[in-house]
Parts: sequence; C-alpha cells; structure tokens
Amino acid sequence: MTEFMTEVPVSPYIGTVQLKPQDYKSDVKPIWCPGCGDFGVLSSFYKAIADLGIPPENAVIASGIGCSGRFPAFVEAYGFHGVHGRVLPLATGIKLARPDLVVVAVGGDGDAFSIGAGHLPHAARRNVDITYIVMDNEIYGLTKGQPSPTSPHALERKASPYGHAEYPINPVLMALAYGATFVARGFSARPREVTELIKQGISHKGFAFIQIYSPCVTFYDTYDHFRQVTADLPADHDPSDKAAAMRLAMEDEVLYLGVFYKENRPSFVESLQAVRTRAAAKPFDLQDLINRYRS
Amino acid sequence: MSVSDNQDLVVRIGGDSAKGGIVLTGETLARIAALSGLEVYTTRTIPAEIKGGHVMIQVRAAPYPVTSQGDDLDILLAYDQETYDRYYTLLKPGAVLVYNSNELQPPADSQIVHYGLPLDQIAKSVGFARGWNIVAVGALVKLLDLNLEKGKEVIIRQLGRKGEDVLKNNLLALEAGYRYVEEHFGAESPYHLPTRAQEERLALSGNQALAIGALAAGCKFYAGYPITPASDIMEFLAAELPRVGGTMVQAEDEMAALAMVLGASFTGVRAMTATSGPGLDLMNELIGHAVMTETPCVIVDVQRCGPSTGMPTKVSQGDLMTALYGSHDDAPRIVMAPVSIEDNFYLIIHAFNLAEKYQTPVIFLSDQDMSVRVQTIPPFDLSRVHIEPRLLYDPNNNSTGPYERYRLTEDGVSPMSLPGMPGGQYTAEGLEHYPDGAPGFEPDLHQRMMEKRARKIQRALEYVERWRLWEEFGDADAPVAIIGWGSTIGPVREAVARAAENGMPVAVFYPKVLNPLPVERIGRFIQNRQAVIVPEMNMSGQFADLLTVRFTRPFIRLNKYRGHPFRAGEIYDKIREVYERVIERATA
Repeated sequence: MTEFMTEVPVSPYIGTVQLKPQDYKSDVKPIWCPGCGDFGVLSSFYKAIADLGIPPENAVIASGIGCSGRFPAFVEAYGFHGVHGRVLPLATGIKLARPDLVVVAVGGDGDAFSIGAGHLPHAARRNVDITYIVMDNEIYGLTKGQPSPTSPHALERKASPYGHAEYPINPVLMALAYGATFVARGFSARPREVTELIKQGISHKGFAFIQIYSPCVTFYDTYDHFRQVTADLPADHDPSDKAAAMRLAMEDEVLYLGVFYKENRPSFVESLQAVRTRAAAKPFDLQDLINRYRS
Repeated sequence: MSVSDNQDLVVRIGGDSAKGGIVLTGETLARIAALSGLEVYTTRTIPAEIKGGHVMIQVRAAPYPVTSQGDDLDILLAYDQETYDRYYTLLKPGAVLVYNSNELQPPADSQIVHYGLPLDQIAKSVGFARGWNIVAVGALVKLLDLNLEKGKEVIIRQLGRKGEDVLKNNLLALEAGYRYVEEHFGAESPYHLPTRAQEERLALSGNQALAIGALAAGCKFYAGYPITPASDIMEFLAAELPRVGGTMVQAEDEMAALAMVLGASFTGVRAMTATSGPGLDLMNELIGHAVMTETPCVIVDVQRCGPSTGMPTKVSQGDLMTALYGSHDDAPRIVMAPVSIEDNFYLIIHAFNLAEKYQTPVIFLSDQDMSVRVQTIPPFDLSRVHIEPRLLYDPNNNSTGPYERYRLTEDGVSPMSLPGMPGGQYTAEGLEHYPDGAPGFEPDLHQRMMEKRARKIQRALEYVERWRLWEEFGDADAPVAIIGWGSTIGPVREAVARAAENGMPVAVFYPKVLNPLPVERIGRFIQNRQAVIVPEMNMSGQFADLLTVRFTRPFIRLNKYRGHPFRAGEIYDKIREVYERVIERATA
C-alpha cells in the first residue's frame, strides 16, 4: 500500500548541537542508592544524547513510577514524571502531538511488565516512534524488595518468605512477539555498549525496546550473577532474522546482550501523516461541517 | 398548557432490534419533519445487546421549540405485539395507532384510530422486502401531512453515497408507504401542523454538537477508548481531526487515552478524551496527575446508569460526585455540565478555554439522553466562539530569573513552557514539587502548593461570571425555585411554563460550572425562597448533597433513577405538590 507511506524523520534536531555529556546533567541530584545500576544507565544516556547532538529543549524524557521513574528530573531536557505504568501512552501522546521531538520513555520492570504491561503490545504494534529504556533489576526496589514480574522462581523476599511461587516473563521475547521493530538488551555494568544501544534505539525510526539489566544493590544485588551469565550475541547473528532473534532470546543458560532485532516498518507518525494526507482530499471548513445538519 | 391537540405531536415507534431499522425509522422521520419546517425532539431507549431486544424511539414534533420528550402519545407505530402491549395505555383518547398488520391484529378500540398497514407486503410489492421500515416512514409522512419531496430529500442525503440501487429502492419504499395511506385511508391527513416561524435550524445530536464544538475550540488531539454512549464522538473526530492536521488515536484503554491526552497537552496542543462512567473510574488516577502536573485537558463523561456496567444505553446523572472528587486527596479540578444540545457546542468551547487558562483538567458531564437524541436547534453562531489561550513562558522575556514551571503566583496560574522553548526545560512532576519542578516534601512547600492548585480553580469563577455560565429563568420573585444541573432543564422549562399558566410561579437556576460552584450567586438566588426543588436523575441527590453542604436551608429532592429522562409532567406534579403542601402550610 504505497499510498499509505509518508517519510517522516525520527527528529530533525538530531545532530544539530555539539554538547558534552555533563551539559545534559540537571541541577537535581539522583536519589538512588550508591552502586545502583541506574547510575550506569544515566551516564550512558548523557553520553548517548551528547553523541547524537540533540538540543536539550527538543528532547522529552517520560517516566512512570519506581526508582527509575526519577530519571527525567536528572536530565537537562523536558521531562514528564507520569503515574505508575502509563509511560508508554504518555510518551505516545507527546510524540504524536510533536513528531519533531526526540521522545524517550524510561521505567523499571514493575512499571513495564506488571502495572503497565498492557501498553507494551500497543506501543509495539503501532510502531510509535519512541525509545523505551527498561531498567530491569528483577525486584521492586522503591517499595523495598518485593518480587517483580522478572524475579526468578523461588526467590525469597519479604513478600515471598517461603519462596516466590511465580515464574518470570521473558521481556525480549515478549517485545519480539508484540512486533517491536528494534529489540535490544544491555547491562548497566557495560556502559559503552549501553550507550551504543541507546544511540541506535533513538536513531531507529519506530518503537525501540531496550531492556537493560540494572541491579539493585540494596534489595537484590545481581551484579555477579549477570557478569557470569551474560554474553554478547553471536557475531554472525543477523538482526533482520526474527526467528533467530527469538531463538536467542529463549536461551536461558546464556543471557545475550546486543541488538536482537531490527526492522524497517512505517512508524505511527508516518502512518498518521498518511491518514492526514488522505483526509485532506476533502478540504475542511467548519461552517460546511455545520451545514451538513441544516434542516 | 392549552396547546391544540393537533399541533404538538408525540410519535412513538417500537419494535424488536433483531429485525432492525427501528431507530432509523424514527431518525428519518425526525429529519423529514425538521426539513418540512417543524421543531423536533427525539428520545430513544435501545437495548445494550447488539441484536435482539425491544427498541423504542420517540419523535416529538411541533411548530415551536420543544425541550422535552413530551408526555402521552399521539401516534404509536407498533412493529410488533410487544410494542403494542407496552405502550397502548399511553395513547391519548383520539390518538392514532399505526401497526404492521403482517405482524399483529390489535382489537378495535373506539377511543383510538387504527391504521393497519401490511408493511412487509407493501415493501415486497416494490421489490425491496427489507424496506418495510421506510414504507412505515412514508406512511407517517402522509399521516403527519409532511412534505413527501422533503422526505425524498432526506433519503437522498442519508443514502446518496450508498449507490443508485439502494437509493432507488428506498425512495420507492417511501413513496409506496405514503401512497398506501392515501389510497386506503383517504387523501385527508388526520393531522396538520403549521410550520415554525424560524427558518434556519440544525437537526443533530449532543455528541455531534460536542464534536463540532471541540473542533471550533481548536482541539487537535483526541484519544479515547470505545464505550457506549460516547463512542460516536471518537468516530466523528476520527473523520474530521485528520482534515485539520490533528490526531485521533483509539487507545488500548481509558488510562492510556488520558495519558496520551496529557502527553499531547504537555506539548501545547488542545487535547480531549471522552468516555462514560466506567472509563471515568479508570481515569481517576490520571485526573489527579493532571491536577498535580497542571496539565490542561478536557474529559467528557457521557453519563449512563451504573454502578459497574449498569445500563449502558440508559440515562443517569450519577457521576457528579466522582467528577468532583474522584482521585485521592484534594485534587481540585473544574467540572461542567451542558444543559442542552446547543450547549454541547458552546460549553465545550468554554471547557477548553477553562482547561487552558487555568491549566487544569475539566470534566464535562454530558448524559446519554442528550448525547444521542436528535433535536432541532438554532444554527451555531461562529462569531460567538472565543478562544482563550494558555499562559506561556516567554524565552525572550525572562527577567524574573531562572524559569520555574510551578512559580507561586497571586492567582495560582504559572507560565508554562513547551518542549522546543530554549531555557524552559523542566520536568512535569507527579510528586509534590518545588516551583522549579524538582521533587520536594517539606510541610510548608506542600501546603503552599496545595493552596496554589486550589486558588487557581476558585479564580475560574471570574470566567464563569464574565461569560455568564448559567441559565436563569422563570419568575424571579417566585416563592418556589428549582435549582438543577444538566439536561433536566428541558422538562423543567416546560413544567415551569405550565405551572406559571396555572398561577404557580417558579424561579429556575442552572449553573453550568459545578466546580468551582458559583456559591454567592446561588446563595442570592435561593435567599427568601419558601421551597427549593432539586431535580436529578440519580438516587441519592448528589447535587442536593453538594448544596446542603454549602447552604443551611432545606432542599426538596426530586430523584428519578429509572434510566429514563424526566417528563415535564413529573416536574409539574412536584411543583404543584410543593405549592399545595409547603406554601399553603406556610401561609396557614
């Protein structure tokens, strides 16, 4: 359906300024625990938007609730600290109303996969042109250590004193199944790679989903665990091969890091622009619209 | 009221929705009557099921404006036995019963004039078996002495785009019904209505008026989730918003819908969602969020019966308390209620203005009855459309130091910066925050910010006064008053006129902004009244409760909670009762 295609860039502002990572630090100091994985993600983020040359006034960082929900306040850009679980529709509204802006949604595993899990398939299938960074610590940190949708089975915590009776979901596999057009995974202790994934995600036209293991030193310190079980995706992995991406995502002995999947599909911004073009075939006049009801 | 029996006609049409076409019969008749120069007012009750179940649509037609469904029936069109059984007793003496003689054979009644029409047979005779309902429309056009050519014009308007065959069949069916009555029951129609004085009229529903109003207000973004009876607002805007460069998104749920609206508004775009009670419930957390982040938005709630799923296709005014207080802690917002179809156009424009001017969610309480019914109203006057802008941060005139999104100001409204404005960066914050937006939890800060958010809502009373966002009529010095909200004003208008003719003057006041409530104005209005009646389509009397908190005087509650709007007669009876009991006792 070629007539349903209109080229719209991710953002015309990318590459228009040259700033240093520290120029994107706001005056608000992070409240995270020393050693929190989110510090690594934040540093990588500063570096990524500096490298991409995005003017602070043309970037919007939206978030939900959780430790990671505080993220926007630490960035010198526009921010929207939303309610629990609704960051994807919030970011969608921002991007659709102002398609020229760079819009990044951030959150944690509770926000993304529990209370807000109902929005992930829709952001993915719409291919809304935003980047979603999920800082996954496999625990509820802000509420002091209850199991989350990515916590392992049998994990003993205050809300699961005899062992967690539920099994975790697989976020990368889920994002692939929902039709996300960019799916990647990183580890906060490897900031250079995380920077690279964020840069690729923001540059990707369409919905970019990035899961980043970001350990909680206070309630579930998984640094050593992830150092042991993570590995780079095989060098010969073809990111356009969705079946291969799914097979690699299902691997549980090794947790792969890198870009699992990347696809070019018209973004939601582009599809809606095509809708407007079709609708504009009939010029709009308010009085004409009212006259339809004349009697 | 001394109206000639033959001038103000109430026509009720009923049948089984499984056979279809009942509402279409009524709406087509209403549009033909409107185009033939009459004022019309429709009412309908439809089952919530997709197919099957009894459907009723009523058309009231008169040469003068009518503001309620009417009381007893002048004409009943019964497609089936159930319709006859349900409504036969509502027929006035001398009324007309039209029935499908292929479906039922009602017994003769000397009080009622029978018109048996073999609708299926007539439809088949013109080669369009499914057109039995249009045959019925044609018969009614003749019985009401309406203009057959206008009838054809309506059919052409409705079906012109559906292809030549469909149009031809429907026109044949219409004419066949008309001719059948002419040939079998005589050329003389039992009714003849003079035409209205005012030529220019629109015939449309509240939801249509509201959607047009939103476009007039400059709305460029709509996100919503399908829900009866609000969905057609979304469908209307899906067709029109892209034409003005705007965006309509069908969201995955109501929380997503309002979150999208807040995101869009954050960038400076006028944004709206529409829902009904269950959706409003889901939005409550985000309404508080809009209050806290001071993000303008318009939330339309087309009220239906609850609680829970309730009765999706029936009218209620039960969401007032939720609209005023939904969301935890004190989250002041503006709540408005249109009183008529016309008001759905003009007041939604004020709703956008108030949202933008005071940077707040505005909840707009429509209801099922006025959302779906078609009524003739004066054409919208676009010269009356006034657009109030949002107070914005000016990057070029920043003499007051670093930008503070939530600066404490005298009226509580702080200049808002929009993405793209250099130097205006801030985080819209759902946590309690300092003026610059950074989270903060100090006692003094919280108190000051709570007061700021409340202060600006109270300031909206200035706008209410400036634009006179209320209706006041009747006898200003009457000992009896009615104070209400929303669409009950229609039957109240007719009841008060009837009461005045019978020596029972009544004063009426309907605020259109329910928060902030114009307390001083209401106080002056109810002062020295011997009795104040508060009619509401809910069980507990939510507005009466609200008034009872503000004023020490008693209020007489008149509550209807049956899923149907008030009839003028019900209001009139209450006025008479109040005059008999309260006034006479006071003077005895």
